[in-house]
Order: sequence, then structure tokens, then C-alpha cells
Amino acid sequence: MKKTLLIGAVSAICLTAGCSKKTETGSTGSGGSGGTTPTAGGDGAATLNASGATFQKAFQEVAIEGFTKANPKMKVNYGAGGSGKGRQDFADQVVDFACTDAPFKDADLGKVKGGDFFYIPNVLGAITVSYNVEGVDALNLSAETLAKIFQRDIKKWNDAAIVADNKDAKLPDADIVVAHRSDGSGTTENFTKYLDKASAGAWKLKAGSTVEWPADTQAGNGNSGVAQIVKSTKGAIGYVDLSDAKASGLKYANIKNQAGKFASPTAESVSAAGDGIEVNDKLIFSALDAKGDAAYPITAQSWCMIYAKPKANGAALKAYFKYMLTDGQKLLPEIDFAPIPKSLQEKALAQLEKVTVQ
Amino acid sequence: MLDLRGKAATGDRAFRWIALGAAALVLLVLALIALVMTSRALPVLSEMGLDFFTSTRWSAPDRLFGALPFIWGTLYTAAIALAIAVPVSLGVALFVTQVAPRWLKKPMVYLIDLLAVVPSVVFGLWGVLVLSQHFGLGRSFLTAGIILAVMITPIITSLAREVIETTPPSDKEAALALGATRWEMITAAVLPHSKGGLVGAVMLGLGRAMGETIAAALVIGSALGQITPNPFAPGNSMPAVIANEWGEADELHKSALIALAVTLFIITIIVNLIATAIVQRSARRSGGKSS
Repeated sequence: MKKTLLIGAVSAICLTAGCSKKTETGSTGSGGSGGTTPTAGGDGAATLNASGATFQKAFQEVAIEGFTKANPKMKVNYGAGGSGKGRQDFADQVVDFACTDAPFKDADLGKVKGGDFFYIPNVLGAITVSYNVEGVDALNLSAETLAKIFQRDIKKWNDAAIVADNKDAKLPDADIVVAHRSDGSGTTENFTKYLDKASAGAWKLKAGSTVEWPADTQAGNGNSGVAQIVKSTKGAIGYVDLSDAKASGLKYANIKNQAGKFASPTAESVSAAGDGIEVNDKLIFSALDAKGDAAYPITAQSWCMIYAKPKANGAALKAYFKYMLTDGQKLLPEIDFAPIPKSLQEKALAQLEKVTVQ
Repeated sequence: MLDLRGKAATGDRAFRWIALGAAALVLLVLALIALVMTSRALPVLSEMGLDFFTSTRWSAPDRLFGALPFIWGTLYTAAIALAIAVPVSLGVALFVTQVAPRWLKKPMVYLIDLLAVVPSVVFGLWGVLVLSQHFGLGRSFLTAGIILAVMITPIITSLAREVIETTPPSDKEAALALGATRWEMITAAVLPHSKGGLVGAVMLGLGRAMGETIAAALVIGSALGQITPNPFAPGNSMPAVIANEWGEADELHKSALIALAVTLFIITIIVNLIATAIVQRSARRSGGKSS
């Protein structure tokens, strides 16, 4: 019912605003349905509705602002309800596009009702390990130590394993308080995937959007909830995305990468992680535990999904996706994210060209 | 006259069908909810079997779903809430109906009814900011229980007041005429008369306490596997788990969350049946006494 309502609303907008006005656009590239396709023109008004990952909400906000400034008749609404909700909404065709931190599981692909679709990678971002220990302004942690801290094998800040990587720091004899997400989250999924992958078997809780955290840990809602716990609790440690960690004024650890170097989460080290990724032909990849001396190892990625044959608003969708991949990328460092690497950007643009506008 | 009667008959018939339709619709919706929820809960129940209700491990990556800690958390926080809310509510209701001067009664009733409509998320945020942070209670069974108590107190009070006001004045006057004090009048005339209604009021409060989602999710602590009578320990309740984990859950995980909802549904029904039994038994007993 929701769907019919939405479709009704979209077509009503088209009728009144005339987005079905036929305008010839140039070649649509490889996948185009033969030569010139009548499409909604750039002059037409359109409203795009989208939902998905909270991870890239900050990016969507600035990208929407930039895009609608250049295209005043367009409107884009992004509801950040989580990656899972984004995938569900996209599969049910109740949104024009959706964004997610993790691709569909193979078993769920059959539920995608709108036919073929593309993953368009658009954002790389760091998940920090933020901490609250007085007098310790720099902290080095390896994946193995992190795994042991977060599953409560290491309970004191002056544990030998932590001291080994932090010879110069004055680590207190204080209890560690572990903070994690209370809600199911793509951030938890990426963080636990990293621990699972990089800790050489030390991590026992497996990877997922929610995992079986020990009972003597604290849970906060959303990145801001975890940041709040870390900020207000002495001895706390938690995983928080970079922009929330900065917004809350938290200190965050340098994490040992594959090359054995301790990397701090910055736009540069996140970009460096992007250079070390391996991408498959669906543009699916993982930026976690990437190669490279400068790479920050807990780097997460996010995609937006677009149908190969969108039912409506095809031209506007393509225009917005193109904006996210080109001019939008320049906005990322300002909000503590990093652009995707050039090679991936080219592949994503080529993929976008295959989208047929009806 | 014939004409009038005909009209009346049509009206009666229409009313009958509309009323019947409304009643049938409620039952139909309830049956459909039960059917759909149970069928969607089946995958996890067939995988976990009865372990779903008795196991204490809840781990989505391991595909292990044991609801016992959440059942415990739901019942325990609801019990804390009732332990706080029932004496307060009854006290307020008796004060308003039996003790308060007329000029105070109206504004108090208005205020209580107003409290009953405050959205739960407001109480939840208040709980996070004031109880867990300012007073340092942290996130725990107790914090959740207190918040739930605050939420259900206006409802129980408001219903209890209505029930108590139905006590026939003749009963009260008879007690007073026999030389009873105000307290004796309340225990001898008011409470026996309103017992059934009061249990009903408490049950409605209990139902809301067990089903409360957002406020509980914010303050209960979201700790897994906690079955402990320690009120200061963080825990979790069934609705809070559903709210927290639904967004990112995959198929079997979703099925487990739906099974939690079904469990909550069943527990609520059981609690209500027990309450009905209590009311009926007490009605029979007091009926026996008076005859």
C-alpha cells in the first residue's frame, strides 16, 4: 500500500511539474536502450526519495545541499534509518535509491523486486577507537589487543599487552570500560569484521550487526550514544565514526595496520586504505585491514544502490549519482570522510552509464 | 406509528450489524496478527526448538537465539515498576476521591490525566538524563523499573480513581454511621467494592510496562545474557531488543525478533488470564460474604 501511495505521489509530481516532458539527452553509453532515449530533462523538477546507512548521513546532507543548489528544481530526501532498512526499502521499491554499508546477502537477492541494480561506491570513512584515559594523549593498539579489550580478556589499562605498544605512555592502573552500540548497526558490523579478519584468531565473538557482547560492557544508541559514554566515563573505550568522535572532542587510538605501522584516522590515511583495496566486477570490496604503509586499517565503505532500469525519475537519479561521484567527492574531507580512489570512481561512473532512463 | 416503528427497526438492524461487524473485525485482526506473527516466528522456533525459551545465549552471528534473559528482564522490570507504582497510584486515587478538598480535586485529576498522555520517549530521555546520568543510577533494571513506574502511575491512578468513585455513597455512609474512621471506611467499604476494577487498572499498567519499548530501550542497558536479581545490573527486555535490533537484522534474526514479540503477546495474555481469575475469585468470595 505504501508503495502504491509513493508511486502515486511520484507520478502526481510528474504530472504537475511536467517531468515527463521529453527532452533529448546525449548518448547514454553502453547499456543505453539504443541511441537516443527520451528522458526527463535536467530542466524538469523531480523529487528523489532515499533511505539507508546512517554512516553516510553527513555526506548525504552536504551532497544534497550542493546538488540542489546547482539544480534548484530537484529535491532529494534521505532518511537515515540504517543500512538494513535501506536494503529492505530498496528491495521493496519504496524508495528511488538506497545506501548501505554492506551489500545484500546472496540469499536476499531474490527479494529485490525492481530487477538488476548496481552498487555505486561513494564514501570511505574511518571508525575510530576512542578512549577516555587522563594523561594519555596518544595510544597505539594492535588488532589483537583490541580484540582482547573488547571481549573483556584485558580489563586494565596497564595490561602488559597495551604497555608493550605504548612504552612512553603513562598508563594508569585503572579498569577498562567497554562501550558498544545497543542498536544493530553497520558500524558494529564493520568493526567486528575488522577484528575477526585482523586479530589472528583472538576475536571470538564473530562479526555481525549485533554480536554477543559480554554483560559487563556498556551500550549506547547510535554513534553519538557510544561517544557520549566514552566522553562521560573514565577509562572508557569504544568504536565511533570519525566525525562523531571529532564532534564530541574524543581522543582516538592509532591502530596497527597490515604493514605493521600505527596509523591515525585522518582523511589521508583513509584514502590510503582506499588505494589498497581489491574490487570485484560488481564494485563490491572491503576497505577493512587494507594494505599500504599509511593505510588506516578500520576503514569502512558505503554504497548507494540504483536500479538498472529505474521506474521513475531516471534522469534525476543519474544526475544525483553523478554529482556524488564527481563534485560531491570534493566535499568528503571537510566532513572527515575520504573520497573513493580515482580508479574506483571511473569504474563507478562507467557502471552508472549503464543505467537506462525510461 | 407503523412508519415510525419501521424506521426504528431499520435503525436497530443497522446498528446491530455495525456493532457485530466491529466486534468481528477486532477478533479478525487479532487472529490475523497471531497467525502472521506465529508463521514468521516459525523458522527460528524450528531451528532452536524449546531452547528459544530456555537458552540464555543470544548471538546473531552464531545463529543462536535464547530469549530467557529478555523474558526475565521484561518480567523483572515490570515487577519493579508495579512495586513502586501501585502503592503510589492507589494512594493518589484515594487521596483525590476521599481526602482532597473539592477545590484541589479538579486540578489534580486534570494533571494526572495529562501525565497519562506524555509520550514514552519523553520519559525515556528524562530517565537517561536525570536518573542514569545525574543521579548516577546508570543503565540498569532499576532505572528501567523506575521509568516504567513513572509512566504507568498516571494510568493506574486515573483508572483507580474512576473505579473508586463508583462506590455507592450509601456503603460509605453506612460504614461512617457505624462509627468507622475514614481509614476503616476505605478498607471496609471502598476497597472491597472496587477490588475487581483496581486489579484491572493494575493489569492495564502492567501491560503497558511489559510492552514499553523506547523508554526501556534507552535506560535498561542492553546487556545480553543477564538473569540476575541484582537491580543495579544492566539487562534487556523483549521490546527493547526488538526495537534495537530490528533495523539491521537478517532473516533468521528477524524471525527470532518476531518470536520475541509472540512470546510477549503470550505472556501478556497469561498475565491477563491470571488477573481475571483473581478478580473472579475475589468477587465470588466477597459475594459469599454479603449473602
